[in-house]
Formats: sequence, C-alpha cells, structure tokens
Amino acid sequence: MSVSNLSTQLKGGLDAPICLTWELTYACNLQCIHCLSSSGRRDPRELDTDQVKNVLDQLRDLQVFYINIGGGEPMIRKDFFEILEHAEHNNIGVKFSTNGTYITAENAQRLASMNYLDIQISMDGVDRATNDAVRGEGSFDTSIAAMNFLRDANFGPFKISVVMTRHNVDQLDAFKQLADSYGAQLRITRLRPAGRGADTWNELHPTQSQQRQIYDWLIAHGDNVLTGDSFFHLNAFGESLPGLNLCGAGRVVCLIDPIGDVYACPFVIHDQFKAGSVHEEGGFAHVWRNSDLFLSLREPESEGACTSCGNYDSCQGGCMAAKFFTGLPLDGPDPECVIGAGESLLKNATVTLIPKPSMDHSRKVSVTVGGNK
Amino acid sequence: MTVTLDSACELHPQVALRPEPFGALAYHYGNRKLVFLKHPDVVAVLRDVAAHDTLADTLVAHNVAPERWNSFVSALSSLETSEIIRVRQ
Repeated sequence: MSVSNLSTQLKGGLDAPICLTWELTYACNLQCIHCLSSSGRRDPRELDTDQVKNVLDQLRDLQVFYINIGGGEPMIRKDFFEILEHAEHNNIGVKFSTNGTYITAENAQRLASMNYLDIQISMDGVDRATNDAVRGEGSFDTSIAAMNFLRDANFGPFKISVVMTRHNVDQLDAFKQLADSYGAQLRITRLRPAGRGADTWNELHPTQSQQRQIYDWLIAHGDNVLTGDSFFHLNAFGESLPGLNLCGAGRVVCLIDPIGDVYACPFVIHDQFKAGSVHEEGGFAHVWRNSDLFLSLREPESEGACTSCGNYDSCQGGCMAAKFFTGLPLDGPDPECVIGAGESLLKNATVTLIPKPSMDHSRKVSVTVGGNK
Repeated sequence: MTVTLDSACELHPQVALRPEPFGALAYHYGNRKLVFLKHPDVVAVLRDVAAHDTLADTLVAHNVAPERWNSFVSALSSLETSEIIRVRQ
C-alpha cells in the first residue's frame, strides 16, 4: 500500500479515536455562560459506576491511550476517584478538566499520588472581574485556591485552560506569566457557539482583529502553549500553527456524553451529530467503526462555497460546530473566517434557522449575561 | 545517528503500538509522546527488532532491500531519540 500524507490518512479515520472526550456528568456547581454542554443539573440517565468502568474496559481493549474527562464538573461525582483509579489500573491516561471547587488540600494530595494523570483548571480571565463575568462570582478565587493546593501537594505541571473571548485576548501574556509562576502549562482554546456558548457567542467571540492577535501570539509562543489544535481556521493568515490542521470530528476525535451517547466532537451535542450510544450492541467500538455519521465524516469533504478561495488548504473551511450553531452551511466558510467570508454571510441574513443544542441541563435559574436579556 | 545496522534494539518498555490503516500509532506512557508510524514495513520491523541480534538481522529477516537500509537506520534513530525504541545494553 502506498502511503500518502498523514492528514489524508487521518481524515479517513482511525481504528479508534486518539482524542476522546468523555463528559462524566452534566452536573455542575457553576453555570458558565459559554458552557459547551449546557451543564448544571445531573441527568438521571447518567452512566453509573459499573457502566463507566465497562466503557473504560472497552477503551483499554481498543488501545485508547488516554482520555479527556470533563463535564459538567467531573469531580462532583462521588465515584470520581474510583473512576480515575480504574482508568489508571487499565493504563488509560486521564486528563480531566475541572473548575477546581473540589480540589481541597486532601484531594490535591490524592491526585498528586496518581501516576498517569493531568489536570486542567479552567479559567477565563486573569483577574477576578474578567473571569467571574463568565464563570460566576467567586470562581476566580476558587481556581487560584485549587492551583495553590496542587502546587503545595507537588502535583507537578498541571494545565490552566482558557477559552479565548474578546475580553481576555489582551491577557494572553498575563496568562502565560500566571502559568509560569505555578510551573503550569497554559492551554488556550477557541470559543465555540456550542451549548450556552451559542447564546453568548455574539458578545464573547473574539473580533476579527483579535483573531489576528491570537494568531500572532501563537506564532510567537505556540511551541509552549497547548491549543487542542483548535485554531486551525487561523492558518489562513499565513504560516501554519503547530498541530494537526484538520477537523478531527468522527475521524480522530469524539465525545461520549454523560448518558453514554456518542457525538462527533464535544462541541456538537445535537441529534444531527449523534453517532450512537455505548449501550448499543457492540458498544463504543461498533459506534466508532460503523456509524453512518462517522463513516460520512470520513469521506472527502466538499469545499462548497470555499472552493474559489485559495486558503482552503490552510484553514480547511474551519470548524463544523462553529458553522452549525451559527446557522452557516457546513460546506461554507467558518463564522470567524479570517478573510471575513463568514462574517459577511452572517450579516447578509442568509442565515434563517439556527439549530439549538439537543440537550440542555442548565439549572432553572436566571443567568445574567452582561447586558443581554 | 544513534542507531546503526549493528545496534541491538527493542521497543521501549513503556511504549505501546496500536495498529492503524496507515501503519501504527506508537504511544509512550512515560513522556506521553504520540508518534505516527506511517510505513507498515517500519512497524513490522519495530515489532520484531527485539528478537534479533542486530538491526541488520531484522532487515534481512523482513526481506528489506539493502538500498532501503539507510532509511531504516535514520527512521529508527529518530525513534530512539523520541524514546519509542531503545538500544539494548
């Protein structure tokens, strides 16, 4: 067999995902205004401990080397440590995202004693005001306290994970300094209009000039900063950013949600992108290898409206989720297309129907979004 | 080059290989590096290299044409650098 370039191979799909995100619960003590999974309340159908362990065993058999655990707030689960230990015993590495609330001094010690574990503390502003406007009052202090506990427990280099918004792009250098001061690694990712993020995207997503600012900053600092390869739409500015330049949905990436449904990526919790469920005959492997959705995502994609643009090889048409939840056609430009093609489509009212996420576990309390509603 | 035709090599004990349509993924549980092995014949050699006294012996056993041996030496050297394989002591 002749071997063509890696990107083409990856687009054709892998036998098992490389980057699997597993949201363990929709329950969360916070109510972040950009939450990609609209989390808040626990879903009564949530996988129980035995079911979670069973899926972990399946992932071990598929040689999924590591998983990204999120939520909701995963540490809210009473069996959280039991799940971590089961993963560790089965040689599945875990990186989990947390808002830090449940990282006490004692838990930090326990986490530090585990071998094959990464922790990502979410923060969305380098100061209290910027952070708490997105994540809720008190959340900045909570994150800092968690980071202090991890440092004091000698956990090692944890990660600080930041979703880029128009209010924190100017804080990139300060975030890097904050991470450095803890011996931590900075991770920045792209805001998607997913979950509650769909409601706040217009006010939060970086402006066109800030897109350039993020790109320039990543070109200068990208080797030491993690991005989840989420900014590949910016590659149309010029030199490619480090990482895989492609949409991995259903190809190298997928999401298992708290009730065991499998989606193409963490940012498309919508029936249109649901591939199946771990409860099906054949389990996760069957869904990954045989679902009609995943098989279709592994077909060569149509460049659609982007065919005439010379940048397609650089930006790959951007992010499927960003297009879907802003109502743009999937074979057209990204809403944050760097030459403005998406922005003008949005302005020209070609958008008629904006899909809503299929699941909403937001708590039934009113959430104030800076000046909106 | 950290690996020569005379080197006795083995997969690093913390590395797992996962078969894929394009070859394999190599994952190092210690440094958490993920490496794409894009040539099925390199994967076959890696899986078998510990069973032979030298890399050259492995290449002979796998019927690798001598004109390609240099490319295997450089491929395995780079894998040695990323600790996917190591030279047996």
